[in-house]
Amino acid sequence: MAHASDTVHDVHDDRPATGIKRWLFATNHKDIGTMYLVLSLIMFFVGGAMAMVIRAELFKPGLQFVDPAFYNQMVTLHGLVMIFGAVMPAFVGLANWMIPLQIGSPDMALPRMNNFSFWLLPFALTLMLSTLLVPGGAPAGGWTMYPPLALQFGDSFPMLIFSVHLLGVSSIMGAINVIVTILNMRAPGMPLLKMPLFCWSWLITAYLLIAVMPVLAGAVTMLLTDHFFKTSFFNAAGGGDPLMFEHIFWFFGHPEVYIMILPAFGIISEIIPTFSRKPLFGATSMIYAIASIAFLSFIVWGHHMFADGMPTSAQLFFMMSTMLIAVPTGVKVFNWTATLWRGSLSFEPPMLFALGFLFMFTIGGFSGLMLAIVPADFQYNQTYFVVAHFHYVLVPGAVFAIMGAVYYWLPKWTGNMYNMTVAKWHFWLSTIFVNVLFFPQHFLGLAGMPRRIPDYAVQFTDWNMVSSIGGFGFGLSQLLFALAIIQCVRGGKKATARVWGDAAPHGLEWTIPSPAPYHSFQTAPEVL
Amino acid sequence: MNVHSKTAGKTLRDGSGARPRGSTLPCMAGAAAACVLTGVAGATTSNGYNMPIGVTDLSVDIYQLHMMVFWICVAIAVIVFGAMIYSIVRFRHSRGAVPDTTLVHSTKVEIIWTIVPCLILIAMAIPAAESILKIEDTRHSDLSIRVTGYQWKWQYQYMGAAAGINYFSTLSQDSNFARQLHSGIDPNTVPNYLLSVDHPLVIPSGVKVRLLLTSEDVIHAWWVPDFGMKRAAIPGFISEMWIRVLPGKEGVYRGQCAALCGRDHGFMPIVVDVKTAADFQKWVAQQKAALQQPAAPATTAIAAPVSAAAAPAPSAHASKKTAAERPAPRLTAQVLN
Repeated sequence: MAHASDTVHDVHDDRPATGIKRWLFATNHKDIGTMYLVLSLIMFFVGGAMAMVIRAELFKPGLQFVDPAFYNQMVTLHGLVMIFGAVMPAFVGLANWMIPLQIGSPDMALPRMNNFSFWLLPFALTLMLSTLLVPGGAPAGGWTMYPPLALQFGDSFPMLIFSVHLLGVSSIMGAINVIVTILNMRAPGMPLLKMPLFCWSWLITAYLLIAVMPVLAGAVTMLLTDHFFKTSFFNAAGGGDPLMFEHIFWFFGHPEVYIMILPAFGIISEIIPTFSRKPLFGATSMIYAIASIAFLSFIVWGHHMFADGMPTSAQLFFMMSTMLIAVPTGVKVFNWTATLWRGSLSFEPPMLFALGFLFMFTIGGFSGLMLAIVPADFQYNQTYFVVAHFHYVLVPGAVFAIMGAVYYWLPKWTGNMYNMTVAKWHFWLSTIFVNVLFFPQHFLGLAGMPRRIPDYAVQFTDWNMVSSIGGFGFGLSQLLFALAIIQCVRGGKKATARVWGDAAPHGLEWTIPSPAPYHSFQTAPEVL
Repeated sequence: MNVHSKTAGKTLRDGSGARPRGSTLPCMAGAAAACVLTGVAGATTSNGYNMPIGVTDLSVDIYQLHMMVFWICVAIAVIVFGAMIYSIVRFRHSRGAVPDTTLVHSTKVEIIWTIVPCLILIAMAIPAAESILKIEDTRHSDLSIRVTGYQWKWQYQYMGAAAGINYFSTLSQDSNFARQLHSGIDPNTVPNYLLSVDHPLVIPSGVKVRLLLTSEDVIHAWWVPDFGMKRAAIPGFISEMWIRVLPGKEGVYRGQCAALCGRDHGFMPIVVDVKTAADFQKWVAQQKAALQQPAAPATTAIAAPVSAAAAPAPSAHASKKTAAERPAPRLTAQVLN
């Protein structure tokens, strides 16, 4: 079970190296986790700044600030940065920090690969963002990169492809690390079915990553050869098929959606029992539900393409498989609700974010169910209704779960309690503004406003103004998040080992002191 | 703010599209209830926060499906959110609630909440499947029109009895001036800002009109919300969709491209002028008469093969296309305003 300690260079000092070396040559899961989380926070603000440009331009009809081409670049980069720069690295950072602590292992199984998979990210993201500086500007065909439109962009195009490749390599290595760690390094006495839900959700997510990131790499490589080597994979004039890209892309894209939500399910399944002072209801069915969702995610990709034209039988198949996802997702929501039932609830910031998740993710689930109905999808597709749907599942869904996780484990990481008042203000302002921001977008979409347009007909003005106000409010509220974290890192009331006192959180991470020592579980703990 | 009656995007035949635009900010529940009420009251075009019932067979079906699923979701939401809110209010640590730590599993309950959603889904899937079969049945159409997307305009080529009518449809001049960055023109002063074109598509009501969609460059999507349907126009493919505007619903309907297609994606609207069958015949006759006048054969552009390679590119077929397009300017005077 002891990993890699036979190598001379792997001297595990009790204290970290000093200065830049600590971070450049980091092999410690806690340091790497911290770097992932900091990078993710920075990218959250970068992507958020792009969203502010979008909302400012949409505040009223007419073009006020930016050229439509630049608007499209903002839309594209906002999507890519938030998905690959903010949400995914945040989850990997949480995995790095918490999986070893939750399964009682001294570190991740493959620490040097861990270092490599992190350090690819800053370069990949810099490459992606630097497209803003090249002639012709950044990619502007949407994060989905559909050809032939994606092939019309100049110097930014190969940079984007290479960046996506690097991000994919990083994700795959991160996923391998998670799987190897979980399968090999659990403390004695911890069978898989007794493993914390966060680890379970990540184990399944890691398999999804390994399954689909190569598919994305293949798809974008075919785009690259179409562009530079005159192949015709997706070029109709050369006998290719533009629709095939959409199939390949969404075969990646739909599991990708769950890659961004399954770890969130795991987090919520940790937080809610703690602050309900009651074990998770139906823990085993939760695991089966995650696994079912993961399986179904591979056979629903067609629902992104109903309006592109598809054989009737395929429409029926994809509609029903998509609707089926509502069943395990429903089981999860019901189980969380049953965990609250007859509990003893307190409302610390992590719990507030978890409850916010529970309500608003469910709203996103409802609109998802509506989108599955093919005939109605012919109306909803490519409108702001879709924008509202996926932002509900990703912002008050995935992002709230990440924030809840940070507020849950931050005292364990830093040894200090954060300022509860700031955190609660952060929650309430975020919750109010996120709804002001995204709820009216349902109305806009239903009323007929397409997505990805820089300017709109005047009957859409009011709801766009409301949405923009919500956007600015939500953006500003996130400064409180940064404030709470910075204050907490610099000092504060000392946290105990169990941090949450009489809420008595369950799990190995609460058996070690706060802050977690630089090396933990060097001797495997006994789990009873 | 804006004077809505002047600028309503989706003008109905008699201006009944001018509805208040919810300038207050109702709470979510209020808005949801309101949208349903007004929906039921028979708003053909969108009221600003709900899907339009629309004016075709399909749009009515789609609207009904949408409302059915919406109400099912509302019902589930009431139960689930009710249980959550009850728990949050009732089982508070601060009020001395004692957790029931034995409540961790119940096979019976878990089976119920797996089976019941399955039944609800089946109940939703059946009408949806029926509707899909109807939507995809493009047979026995009375009129076919080839719709081709370009960056950033639409081309309409009539087939069958109306063959020969062939023209482009682009954003109207006043919208185009107003939409420029720093134009200084208030969009509220432009009639149908971004939703008006130089030459609208003209179709008859009461008959099955089949649209054959394709593209000469990137992927576009043709969408008029009041018709219920949207479909992508993909290079190298011909997608089909059909519309039958209900008799008595003649008028001008507006929509726009619904697939990101480059810089001016937001500026390639779709306007459809739905006429009675008799008026449509008159219009066709006028267009054909106009086609007879120039010497050049006007049908060439229409007969052009579908493949992307043989696109009616301006350079290749300039003279012939000019002839085909020539009737277009007359449409302006006839149809618009």
